[in-house]
Amino acid sequence: MIEERKKFTFSRRGFIRTSALAGGGILLGVNFLNACKESAQPPVNIANLNFKEFNAFIKIAENGYVTIFSPNPEIGQGVKTSMPMLIAEELDVPWEHVTVEQAGLDTENFTRQVAGGSQSIRHGWEPLRQTGAIAKQMLIQAAAARWEVEPYTCTASNGVITNQAGKQLGYGDVVNDAALLPVPENAVLKDPKDFKIIGKDAINVDVHKIVTGQPLYGLDYTAPGMKYASVLRPPAFGQTLKSFDASEAKKVGGVIDVLKFGDKVAVIANNTWAAMKGKHKLTAQWNDTTLESTEDHDAKLNAILNGSKFEVRREDGNVNSAFSEADSVIERTYESPFLPHNCMEPMNFYANVTAERIHLVGPIQTPAGTAKRIAHVLERDEKEIDLEMTRMGGGFGRRLYGDFAEEAALISNGAKLPIKVVFSREDDMAAGTYRPAIKYRIKAALKDGKVTAYHLKEAAINSNMYGLIPHFFPAGAIKNYKVETGNYQSNITTGAWRAPYTNFLAFAEQSFFDEIAKELAIDPVKLRMDLLDNVNDGEDERIEYSAARMKETIKLAAEKGNWGKAAENVYQGFAAYYSHNTHVAEVVDITLQNGFPKVEKVTVAVDCGIVVNPTGAINQVEGGVIDGIGHAMYGNFAFDNGKPKATNFDAYRLIRMNETPKVETYFVENNLSPTGLGEPGLPPAGGALANAITAATGKRMLTQPFIEHFNTDTREVRG
Amino acid sequence: MVSYTLKVNGKERQISADEDTPLLWILRDELNLVGTKFGCGIGQCGACTVHINGQANRSCLLKAAALEGMEITTIEGLATDDTLHPVQEAWKEHDVPQCGYCQAGQIMTAASFLAENPAPSGDEIRQAMHGNICRCAAYNRIEKAVATAAKNG
Ligand code: FES
Ligand code: FES
Repeated sequence: MIEERKKFTFSRRGFIRTSALAGGGILLGVNFLNACKESAQPPVNIANLNFKEFNAFIKIAENGYVTIFSPNPEIGQGVKTSMPMLIAEELDVPWEHVTVEQAGLDTENFTRQVAGGSQSIRHGWEPLRQTGAIAKQMLIQAAAARWEVEPYTCTASNGVITNQAGKQLGYGDVVNDAALLPVPENAVLKDPKDFKIIGKDAINVDVHKIVTGQPLYGLDYTAPGMKYASVLRPPAFGQTLKSFDASEAKKVGGVIDVLKFGDKVAVIANNTWAAMKGKHKLTAQWNDTTLESTEDHDAKLNAILNGSKFEVRREDGNVNSAFSEADSVIERTYESPFLPHNCMEPMNFYANVTAERIHLVGPIQTPAGTAKRIAHVLERDEKEIDLEMTRMGGGFGRRLYGDFAEEAALISNGAKLPIKVVFSREDDMAAGTYRPAIKYRIKAALKDGKVTAYHLKEAAINSNMYGLIPHFFPAGAIKNYKVETGNYQSNITTGAWRAPYTNFLAFAEQSFFDEIAKELAIDPVKLRMDLLDNVNDGEDERIEYSAARMKETIKLAAEKGNWGKAAENVYQGFAAYYSHNTHVAEVVDITLQNGFPKVEKVTVAVDCGIVVNPTGAINQVEGGVIDGIGHAMYGNFAFDNGKPKATNFDAYRLIRMNETPKVETYFVENNLSPTGLGEPGLPPAGGALANAITAATGKRMLTQPFIEHFNTDTREVRG
Repeated sequence: MVSYTLKVNGKERQISADEDTPLLWILRDELNLVGTKFGCGIGQCGACTVHINGQANRSCLLKAAALEGMEITTIEGLATDDTLHPVQEAWKEHDVPQCGYCQAGQIMTAASFLAENPAPSGDEIRQAMHGNICRCAAYNRIEKAVATAAKNG
């Protein structure tokens, strides 16, 4: 039996408040990360929802129907569907009676979300279910009082309360009485085997709006009097603005103003097209500081790896003595380029800065931090800011950074107009916050058929692996173990990119394990299982992954993926990785078409605890895996004197449908708390693919993207 | 500035705009039909796909002023009254969208493809859809939904 090792705990005291609604019904306000302030009260009028004190509201109306006001930003991870499922489950209402709603609209045709911060299913798991259970408890109490019986003699199911005499009352019948009751401290949660909603498919709550093209995204937002801005930024990292000439830009029909702010120039116009055209007509001179190219980064990172200036992130035993006693030593260096995020919806933001208020609307993953940043640059009080989030056309980490929101605020402030900044694709790719280029050098000592030491060095641009990543597998599995890091400070902006660091670290390590397996002449899956046998779960606080759960996951992937039993001309690769609290293992099947790898199928096993919404979960896993395959295969982003070489999809290649494998997803069944799925499917994919390519061609994929190892004219392995 | 009339989703619309304005921006900024999305502006991603006389086309590459007299259909006009197009239905059935941003373009491409080839093979679907990028990589489900729409259409 696998035990749960770490649970997310929340402060239970007073995290929920209720009020009787003016029009009838009850409103529950929940604050599931912190307890509510003593004074916090939910409004009696739905129009006044306040997401500063509460991060979700649940309304039960007099007809028994439930409305959940979901505050979470939707990037595409499906939390807007899965989190309400948790409430509905414990409240015990039919899912069909639940509507997930947005707060009131300030323009006729726009659907918005109000700021509340992005909390994952892991954080919401306990408190959201508690909220549902508490509400149910109050409804039962109200019904029991009406019948003059003890509450424990009554049961509630599917929105109906039943007493021992068989009498029934609907939730709606007693909701006004329930609203007057004190909130119980605690309520009993269901046994997972009694779940009716959790574990069943629930279709994305926004799907109808999406397939009919209704306004949802930041780019769709409009407000009265709004103007559009297109921004000219320094074309190369390391450049500043010397001078510019706007005379031609101002002649473009529809252009109303040109505004310099910092090293940037904004063209403001009546529509997007005029703004973009105007920007192209600007001419500017730039001052050069340091202009870096990919070759420079390469040399810098190599110098770090060959040098001795490292920060030790974890050290067990003594790697040096193990290396000197080894029968053999393997060492490999793995390299990955910068990567842009390329959210399908280019960066954009709306700002209306007036003397009284600052109104901000758009797709952003960090509303609180962004509001603070804007208050700071405009020297205004944060209390004057209203920030609303829209649905996001992809995030992948890019929308954690509020640079585009700051631009909108500065331009609106300068032009005294409501402004929407719109990035073209070229702007979006060239003014990125990229996944940094990284190199890993990994060295292993082998003795008597075992791995006796493991030494990993990371050389990265700007910043290094953080948090518990140095304690991920194989930490704990190899006695002599060392992880150390060094970085080079570049003027190219970098940041989080779907599964930061592990998106490439997993590739390097999982490729390396295959090399070790080959050297030791054992099956790669067996090598991983043997290493996991060395780990005692719970022994080391810093080790979050569970060897027991990882082994189950590996077994499931190997079994479902027919590991070792591939059909003729099909080559397999394996990888397993723990990240974001989820264990994942993947088998990749490829064939060679004229010597060129074609990814046929990926079999994925996932242990993410209880699967709240299977259809959403599978969608996330499929997306993560294909994203991992696509970027490992094609993703390349190089710089020439500070300028990105690719700025649109003609030069930057993303995976397309005809290159996409079939993904088969299997979940390890258990009753453990759910963990995230937006990211963990991605890291193992590149490694499993690399191993399959090696199985097919004998060639090691030490650098990404893999496509560069193939001569695409003749489609033969190069080198 | 030029003035012209466009027929969008069955309705005549008066436009007054710069002569070179792409249909994409006329739809989005002038007609407030924002279901058609901007992804790349150079015909590479398919997010802006609309139908011109029933044919899938990239609205970011079409000059709107040249489209007088043609039937323009956007995602907002794909359903007839309250009945969704079979492709839209299939998209719901398979719970296709992740972030959802690319999906209007995917649906428009699929709808015009199926009108021409009502019973495609898996390979034909994969080829027909390869011009539409989905950054969230919901490709497996898009493929299944196109096949389902073909069956139900
Ligand atoms: S926006 Fe038209 S093809 Fe990308
Ligand atoms: S669903 Fe996000 S781009 Fe396709």
